[in-house]
Amino acid sequence: MVKAWINDIPVEVEPNTTILDAAKLVQVKIPTLCKHPDLKASAGCGICIVRVQGSNKMPRACCTPLEEGMHVITHDAEIVSVRKTVLELIMSNHPDECATCGRNTQCELQSLLADFGIREVPFDKFIPDLPKDASNGTIVLEPRKCIKCGRCIEVCQQMQNVWALSFLERGFKTRISPAGDITLSDSPCVRCGQCSAHCPTGAIFEFDDSPKAWEALGDPDLHCVVQIAPAVRVTIGEHFGFEPGVNLTPQIYAALRRMGFKAIFDTNFGADLTIIEEASEFVERFAHGKGTLPLITSCCPAWVDFMEKFHGDMIDHFSTAKSPHEMVGALAKTYYAEKNNIDPSKVFVVSIMPCTAKKYEIHRNPDMSSSGFQDVDISLTTRELARMIRQSGVDFNSLEGEECDHLLGDYTGAGTIFGATGGVMEAALRTAAHYVTGEKLAKLEFENVRGIQGVKETKINVAGHEVRIAVAHGLANVEYVIDKVRKAKENGEELPYHFIEVMACPGGCVGGGGQPYGVTDELRIKRAKGLYSEDEGLTLRCSHENPSVIKLYDEYLGKPLGEKSHHLLHTKYKRLPVYQR
Amino acid sequence: MKPTSIQDLATMQDEIVKSGKNTWIKVGLSTCGIAAGAQETYFELRQQLRKAQIQVEVKRCGCAGKCAFEPLVEVAMEGMPTVTYKNVSKDMVSAIIEKHITGKQVIKEWAVPQVKDKQLRVVLRNCGVIDPDNIRDYIAAGGYQALAKVLLESSPEQVIADLKKSGLRGRGGAGFPTGLKWDITSKSQADEKYIVCNADEGDPGAYMDRGVLEGDPHAVLEGLVIGGYATGATKGFFYIRAEYPLAIERAEKAIKQARAQGFLGQNILGTDFSFDLEIRLGAGAFVCGEETALIASIEGKRGYPHPRPPYPSVKGVFDKPTCINNVETLANVSAIFAKGPEWFASIGLEKSTGTKVFAVTGKVANSGLVEVPMGTTIREIVYDIGGGAGGGKKVKAIQTGGPSGGVIPEEYFDTPVTYEELQKLGSIMGSGGMIVMDEDDSMVDIAKFYLGFCVDESCGKCAPCRIGGTQMLHLLEKIADGKGELADLGSLRKISRAMQKASLCGLGQTASNPVLSTLRYFENEYKDLIKA
Amino acid sequence: MDQEQLRKEVDEIVKPWEGKEGNLIMVLHQIQNRYSYVPRDISFEVAKRLNVPLARIYEVITFYNYFKLEAPGKNIVSVCLGTACYLKGAPKLIDEIEKQIGVKPGETTPDGQFHVQAVRCLGCCGLAPVITVGQKVYSAVKPEQVAGILAEYSEPATAAAAS
Ligand SMILES: Cc1cc2nc3c(=O)[nH]c(=O)nc-3n(C[C@H](O)[C@H](O)[C@H](O)COP(=O)(O)O)c2cc1C
Ligand code: SF4
Ligand code: SF4
Ligand code: SF4
Ligand code: SF4
Ligand code: SF4
Ligand code: SF4
Ligand code: SF4
Ligand code: SF4
Ligand code: FES
Ligand code: FES
Ligand code: FES
Repeated sequence: MVKAWINDIPVEVEPNTTILDAAKLVQVKIPTLCKHPDLKASAGCGICIVRVQGSNKMPRACCTPLEEGMHVITHDAEIVSVRKTVLELIMSNHPDECATCGRNTQCELQSLLADFGIREVPFDKFIPDLPKDASNGTIVLEPRKCIKCGRCIEVCQQMQNVWALSFLERGFKTRISPAGDITLSDSPCVRCGQCSAHCPTGAIFEFDDSPKAWEALGDPDLHCVVQIAPAVRVTIGEHFGFEPGVNLTPQIYAALRRMGFKAIFDTNFGADLTIIEEASEFVERFAHGKGTLPLITSCCPAWVDFMEKFHGDMIDHFSTAKSPHEMVGALAKTYYAEKNNIDPSKVFVVSIMPCTAKKYEIHRNPDMSSSGFQDVDISLTTRELARMIRQSGVDFNSLEGEECDHLLGDYTGAGTIFGATGGVMEAALRTAAHYVTGEKLAKLEFENVRGIQGVKETKINVAGHEVRIAVAHGLANVEYVIDKVRKAKENGEELPYHFIEVMACPGGCVGGGGQPYGVTDELRIKRAKGLYSEDEGLTLRCSHENPSVIKLYDEYLGKPLGEKSHHLLHTKYKRLPVYQR
Repeated sequence: MKPTSIQDLATMQDEIVKSGKNTWIKVGLSTCGIAAGAQETYFELRQQLRKAQIQVEVKRCGCAGKCAFEPLVEVAMEGMPTVTYKNVSKDMVSAIIEKHITGKQVIKEWAVPQVKDKQLRVVLRNCGVIDPDNIRDYIAAGGYQALAKVLLESSPEQVIADLKKSGLRGRGGAGFPTGLKWDITSKSQADEKYIVCNADEGDPGAYMDRGVLEGDPHAVLEGLVIGGYATGATKGFFYIRAEYPLAIERAEKAIKQARAQGFLGQNILGTDFSFDLEIRLGAGAFVCGEETALIASIEGKRGYPHPRPPYPSVKGVFDKPTCINNVETLANVSAIFAKGPEWFASIGLEKSTGTKVFAVTGKVANSGLVEVPMGTTIREIVYDIGGGAGGGKKVKAIQTGGPSGGVIPEEYFDTPVTYEELQKLGSIMGSGGMIVMDEDDSMVDIAKFYLGFCVDESCGKCAPCRIGGTQMLHLLEKIADGKGELADLGSLRKISRAMQKASLCGLGQTASNPVLSTLRYFENEYKDLIKA
Repeated sequence: MDQEQLRKEVDEIVKPWEGKEGNLIMVLHQIQNRYSYVPRDISFEVAKRLNVPLARIYEVITFYNYFKLEAPGKNIVSVCLGTACYLKGAPKLIDEIEKQIGVKPGETTPDGQFHVQAVRCLGCCGLAPVITVGQKVYSAVKPEQVAGILAEYSEPATAAAAS
């Protein structure tokens, strides 16, 4: 243990704890701008400087370890005034466009400016003349607002191993740009949105589709329906001052109904359906030897894109089941429309997702129009929904909860845990085990696949068979798992796994690229906990027990992996031109 | 036969020396000498001698440091004093052959004047003396005996203790004790360690390291191998700036030759110490002289500095413990182990031992490379050696430490050059650039020049340097254009403080020094521009 | 260049550096030596060959002054703007060059004959001011000499027109 003092308060920490983290333990808050708890310190901004007694330098709190006997001073007149000058300098290179900025009121830079009472910028302004890049329809780059903190690059290169973003040039001319100075749409970007979730400013944000939603809602000819993803229910509250992880499902239903949606569905229903199809697929491959193992989950579109670009040799391993919201979309324009005598061409499906990649998924290939129309018309993020709620005049904080429309809305606990890493696997195992054994599982929880460790490997026993499992989240972590599979295949060795779950975002969808800002592991855990406790509280916790799903198969689809399911609920993959990462 | 003992080396040395002749001509052929026409002079000499069928060996050597007198030709004839001729153009060659070589008469008016000054050549001991392309010349000068002594007679601990005793401090700028740096690296535990020679030499207007690398590459190489042994490194890198093609070529040759003689590679000098070297090139980025940026550059990345700790001695190139030393530092090392730490410690002053090489340039009569014992006064360097401003002009100030340093006005020229004294004056020792400015030079312009350099060379990673430098430069331009206001001086000081305190690396932390020091000594020049 | 040829050339350049950590900058040096800049299609090929992300390659090329993304003119004129040369009149040489051939540092003449660039210290400070054309160094250059130096490199036709 290291003993030291921060502002004369004694503190004791593990070796290699930064001054920044140590200060938190004694309720001292050092301002930061470039540092993000998920990421290695870039040490770029210089806002977090502190003083160490006996030295005239000012080390950076975010990356300097506290050392034995150190006396750290975090705030004094000079430190604060240097911080203020640095902020003024940053603003001399940054547009004054808060009022119309994608990050207005949620910007880390803006709040520092407010905290420090910056009332004017005492230097001439030099704002770079760089164009916006909205070319991929998902992520918008606005490099004029970039403060070069390097977070997005660390995220895209190291956390996601996509290498779509980079710094170009140097010094004052340094700018953020897609790889090799091309447009984002030509880059290898897989649209995970993690860059936008980590950017402290409005330099990267999600493409805003809410105007399209309002337009559709205002069109008397259209029948607008909506669905919410598992992970949205436990995060939206953060926008309205609730504790992270609080489950607000009924309130969201109510708000959406007031906004004018004719039917409120739940993607959790789709998740249950996905599990039925996927678990059946697994049983086919595992128990009946039909198809390639390991089976790899495919409900995350950023992961699908990543696989198609960089791991095309894994196509055969992919589950062909569509992602839950695509299933709901397809059924909304067929099953639901038929049952309610609505012209499917007038049904307009909006998905509320934790995700930016879903904006792309909805027109990924012709299978996404299996109903004869584009199955999901637009996909909005949690952040967009929060803004829409505010625009709608709904007082979310005091809203009474309501129920969803049951046809495509009822769900089980298995559907809800989809939103956390390991959740899809756990849900699938519950059903697959039942399919194999025909019995009810004694214990439904698979603790080994839960939690935020980057790669989780475990074995379980299903009716005397060993099932080897891997769960990976954060695309860089996937490489390890895929490498292992590939090596085993090349060497003709025993397969390391039978079943693999992959989510592109760290933490899974609770940490999605379209979720409220400021995500940390602490938050991911709280959000996931919200989902797991909903699961625990439900009586129906396995997808195959979902009465609405059972009814759907009886009335409409026939059987899992049947012809109709195949048409509406499954998709194909193809290798995309190999990008060089 | 590869030498495997001190005796072997001494024998080799004897043989080479004995086989040498007492009559020869030497031409300085470093980049700058070549630029001044030395190549033409060299060819002309050989051609005319051949035509006249005179058997005199014409040798090539590195830079003697007397830039103002290039091309330099040194003539040694049996029974005559050795004479160096200055500014020998092609058409002077026939006269030298006729008068000096055939006629045995010194052409006094062409000879470089012999002056007694305080120069003392330790680092530059072989520069302009030996043929840098020939390892035999270096061995003849006693080369690699230090390495033999170290490898065969000392433990790494002893080497480090001796180096500490010598008092050697890093010549790359910061003046960190080299023995201590080696000690720390040697104590880092790892399966692999590296030692790097920093030959990035980015200070604009300075060329000490180029002089050494072009004139005596083996001296640096020998120091590097000794460092490898002491620190436990198994591999070394020579990081050389790409703007120095000749230095790169000579270093490459030296490595090949040293390998062939068993001074590099497996089982050096027959011991079980193995160590090899690789050259890596810079690519035009001043910041890559900074240790952590240099590491990133060797790793094939953008030259972004990273915060310390972790220090390179713990986590450096490819995350392995790495020791980084400057060219001049390493050339000193080989001298120290040849002649002993006590000898080295006896030169200079107590806290600044040994000598320092300066590149004295700018408005100075005799620009060139100068090596003096630490503690020599600025006046002795600028006037006794440099000959003052020349052209009847008065020297106004010097700048040491390049863009990280500051100006020192004429009235402080009696200050002895040591790390501490220069710092007290608001400048630094730096790597050895010494730019002389005369009465015609505007101090605001100088400040603007240096700041402009730092703005061009800022890596852009941290906000204080990236934006602060640009804003300061903008203010200076405003002032220089006569559009300044008095308040701008306050803004300059304010930004400067933020840059010093909040910049990530040495570049930004010191970039405002030239502005601060000119403001300190020549504020009136700023005010005059503002009033006008 | 056709794809096959390109692959062969990149292969030749990359081979000696294969498997060495941190080889990218050294490989880029070889490429620039060969083509006088780093052509885009070569970057793509190098990315594949070295298994280095394209993003990294462009990050590096645009960071280091030495690397060029476009073909420079036939003759590269470098004017040293190091301190010694600056003090000794390098800015006047830049003015004179512009007067002679109409381009500023960073620009290439329309006929592709000359590319002018400012560099920071060539290490010949004692002979300041210094300019280089290609590999050749000219020392203690006076503005009056500029025209003559450039004429050495002009194509006969251009030289005749200039005189
Ligand atoms: C911006 C900057 C540029 C530097 N450039 C050089 C350089 O060109 N050569 C050099 O030897 N040291 C340079 N240094 C100092 C090195 O970081 C390092 O201290 C030195 O190489 C250590 O060697 P030494 O202990 O032998 O001096 C530079 C430092 C900074 C901050
Ligand atoms: S990025 Fe932040 S500070 Fe900049 S304009 Fe947008 S809200 Fe304002
Ligand atoms: S904060 Fe100020 S500038 Fe912004 S909208 Fe309100 S009044 Fe306008
Ligand atoms: S969305 Fe994901 S892949 Fe695309 S640039 Fe951002 S981090 Fe990279
Ligand atoms: S775009 Fe955002 S995250 Fe990326 S460097 Fe700029 S400010 Fe940082
Ligand atoms: S993958 Fe994510 S967005 Fe899609 S259904 Fe599952 S939880 Fe929802
Ligand atoms: S993990 Fe979830 S939020 Fe992230 S990209 Fe995949 S589906 Fe979207
Ligand atoms: S101080 Fe300047 S050179 Fe150093 S890291 Fe910061 S921006 Fe880069
Ligand atoms: S190399 Fe010569 S030309 Fe360049 S800065 Fe040094 S003195 Fe000037
Ligand atoms: S938060 Fe520490 S440097 Fe930016
Ligand atoms: S010419 Fe050799 S030192 Fe200048
Ligand atoms: S050539 Fe020696 S200083 Fe320029």
